[in-house]
Amino acid sequence: MNNTDLPRWATALVLPLLNLCSALLVAALVIYLLGENPLESLSILINAALLNPEGLGYTLFYASTFIFTGLSVSVAMQAGLFNIGSEGQMYLGGLGLTLVVLAFDASLPGWLLLPLAIIGSAVFGAAWAYLPGYLQAKRGSHIVVTTIMFNFIAASLMNFIIVSYLIPTGQQNTSSRIFAESAWLPKLNTLLPFLGETPLNISFVMALLALAIYGMSISRTVWGYSLRAAGLNQHAAHYAGISITRTIVIAMSISGALAGLAAVNSVLGSTHYLNLNFPAGAGFIGIAIALMGRQHPFGILLSAILFGALIQGGFDLSLEKPNIPPETFIFIQGLIILFCGALENLYAPALASLLKYKSNLRNQDV
Amino acid sequence: MPAAVEFQHISKRFGAVQANREVSFSIAPASIHGVIGENGAGKSTLMSILYGYYRADSGQLLLNGQPQQIRNSQEAIRLGIGMVHQHFMLVENMSVLDNVMLGSEGGFRLAAKRRQVEEKLRQICQQYRLDVDPLAYIQDLSVGVQQRVEILKQIYRSANVLILDEPTAVLTVQETASLFDVLRLFKQQGKTIILITHKLQEILDITDSVTVMRAGTVVGSLATASASKEQLATLMVGRPIQTQLARAPYAPGAAVLEVAGLHLKNQQHVSVLKDLHFQIRAGEIVAIAGVSGNGQSELLEILSGMRLPTSGKLQLLGQELPGAKRHDADGLPAKFRALGIAHVPEDRLRDGVIKNLSVMMNSFLGYQNQAKKSLGLLDFNTILSRCLDLLKKFDVRPADPYLRIGLLSGGNQQKVVIAREIAAQPKLMLVGQPTRGVDIGTIETIHAQLLAMRDAGVAILLVSVELEEVRALADRILVMSGGCITGELKAEEFDATRIGLLMGGLHKS
Repeated sequence: MNNTDLPRWATALVLPLLNLCSALLVAALVIYLLGENPLESLSILINAALLNPEGLGYTLFYASTFIFTGLSVSVAMQAGLFNIGSEGQMYLGGLGLTLVVLAFDASLPGWLLLPLAIIGSAVFGAAWAYLPGYLQAKRGSHIVVTTIMFNFIAASLMNFIIVSYLIPTGQQNTSSRIFAESAWLPKLNTLLPFLGETPLNISFVMALLALAIYGMSISRTVWGYSLRAAGLNQHAAHYAGISITRTIVIAMSISGALAGLAAVNSVLGSTHYLNLNFPAGAGFIGIAIALMGRQHPFGILLSAILFGALIQGGFDLSLEKPNIPPETFIFIQGLIILFCGALENLYAPALASLLKYKSNLRNQDV
Repeated sequence: MPAAVEFQHISKRFGAVQANREVSFSIAPASIHGVIGENGAGKSTLMSILYGYYRADSGQLLLNGQPQQIRNSQEAIRLGIGMVHQHFMLVENMSVLDNVMLGSEGGFRLAAKRRQVEEKLRQICQQYRLDVDPLAYIQDLSVGVQQRVEILKQIYRSANVLILDEPTAVLTVQETASLFDVLRLFKQQGKTIILITHKLQEILDITDSVTVMRAGTVVGSLATASASKEQLATLMVGRPIQTQLARAPYAPGAAVLEVAGLHLKNQQHVSVLKDLHFQIRAGEIVAIAGVSGNGQSELLEILSGMRLPTSGKLQLLGQELPGAKRHDADGLPAKFRALGIAHVPEDRLRDGVIKNLSVMMNSFLGYQNQAKKSLGLLDFNTILSRCLDLLKKFDVRPADPYLRIGLLSGGNQQKVVIAREIAAQPKLMLVGQPTRGVDIGTIETIHAQLLAMRDAGVAILLVSVELEEVRALADRILVMSGGCITGELKAEEFDATRIGLLMGGLHKS
């Protein structure tokens, strides 16, 4: 029995919801054991993350990054590749845009500088993913292993570059200098004042656009068809004349470019300088988002908002309830990854037999 | 004497599908009983109920006149029922002896039991004239001998009722004959044999009585002596079947495919294809007969661009096929298709379809570059209308383009693949095992379509392990064994015995 026996609405909606509820149930149990009321905590979390406009702004700000990392993992997954390296690719993407900005923020106007910086992030992210993609396609080095290793290499490399070259003289922080204001992404609260004080910026719009382009090209183009064919059945894809090598290399490059673009929100949109370890796990959260959203654009959007809300709500929750440490968020995040990723089909057999039972009843009525 | 096995009003339903409906028949002890029926007729379900995999919703099962509840296969084995599956359940890198012992080792130390079992195996082999060495490794044995190991396993577990599921699908003519000798001996020694098959000739050759199933019910139970092939086929399908399909007189045109000096070494540097020379002309069907695993699959892969040969010349209509300067075949099938080579792959689920995609998305697999409009967007309007067309023309059931193709039966999946490849209007059609796992009614459709293509002047290369199919379709027959072409026959020279010898690698001048 597997989930292919289930109708699509069941695998796309019911299973993820059941998994999410299970994760929240375990989280509620832990909150209860910490001596707090789970329902009250949940209402604080929802209020802080979604109902309060300022909180919502922060939630969507986090979600913008997660949409890009989620897309990054999803594109690779469509081609049957498990890209664990979005974290490192995002990190390198940050370097790409920083180099552009540091070189030109004194000379170029914003309307030219920002697109160049954004392209810089995509190119660096793509290049960092191209290498494992090439190694997989031509040499058969497993992508999971190489991308994990590339995360470590990226971390060390960035450490070296930031510490040796980018820290301005006389500064203690391990980060680059602050960018000129021409390199700051426009914030959305200038357009939508009701959002209040929020770092939410136009990269959220870029993220929505990326989702739409992704959805369109995966399900409606020959390219997306070839990508999915290679991901679902490599033998059949080869039979169909689809070049597996090319598909892998291109899918990984695009995956890396999307991870690189995730850096735009954090660096150009918020901090305005390149900081050591700025991705802070967003690349890994992308894996959870891709799994939970089942690589569907709408699913990715919802999961990204969920994870954004958990971060935002988690901060407020730990402020209001001293018994609940800030790490609780990481714990809940882990539970969601566990239930939605590793235990994805936990409820599939039960659901399948329930549906079968119901259809049997229907047949007997006839 | 009570019947060895008696089914009384057995019904079994899976969801909306009534797999067995009020099935009743009995099998006399010490007889060979055939069960025939198309795919989905309910034969396998019924046997699975007998072997304890499923439990009937209603009805009763009697063994030697005693009602029995068989809840799992251990109970079936205990009651003396043995099953030889179509796909062998053997561990390749273990010896015959270890395979037989597997699951009934008993005790902590193997050595003592092993000697005991070996002794008993030698006894059984002698008694039933099964020529098997208990110490040989499975991977070194031919398919025919592996099957004997399966039978040996059942006899060792003292099976009195032996179920054989499509036992001859993988055997040569000679191996089939020797299997039947073994089965006759079993019968003499008082064992009951249930033979599940779709080959009518085998039913007539060896069984004493036969039960025909259709759509979950028994449509006829008769003594084989009083049955004819036509009668059984009509019962199975529910309508008269044309055994001889109409075809235009043999008038081949110019050579379409020319193969010269084709060699292939596999990754272990073993020669898989050795110096093949042949040509296929327009308007003829050339069949390659042979036991599977003698190079036919590799030949199809090379001719479709899925694999590069080690050396040799391939020409399509006088033009050399691309790929000579390549290091790998990645993406090459697209070029071969563009030149007019269509390919129905042998392993449909591995190569021919993507089972998680819909029928519609599979209906242009391989032709995806012709399915686009501007900007690389898929042209869904054209794709859908073409797909509906194919579904209708080939009577694919259900004719739902949005259904996941993995949910179709094997025969209907195959119809989609063949329809897709025919629709490409190729010059050369490569067809591998077109009717594997496909029922009689569908076989008729597929054969008629292939013959229509031939009559329209397409060159067709057919690879099939079914001699009946080769006989029905081929204008010329090439027999392959050990990567060589061991003989060539014209259609009118068809001789199963001679082909069988050639398939076994015995050249006969």
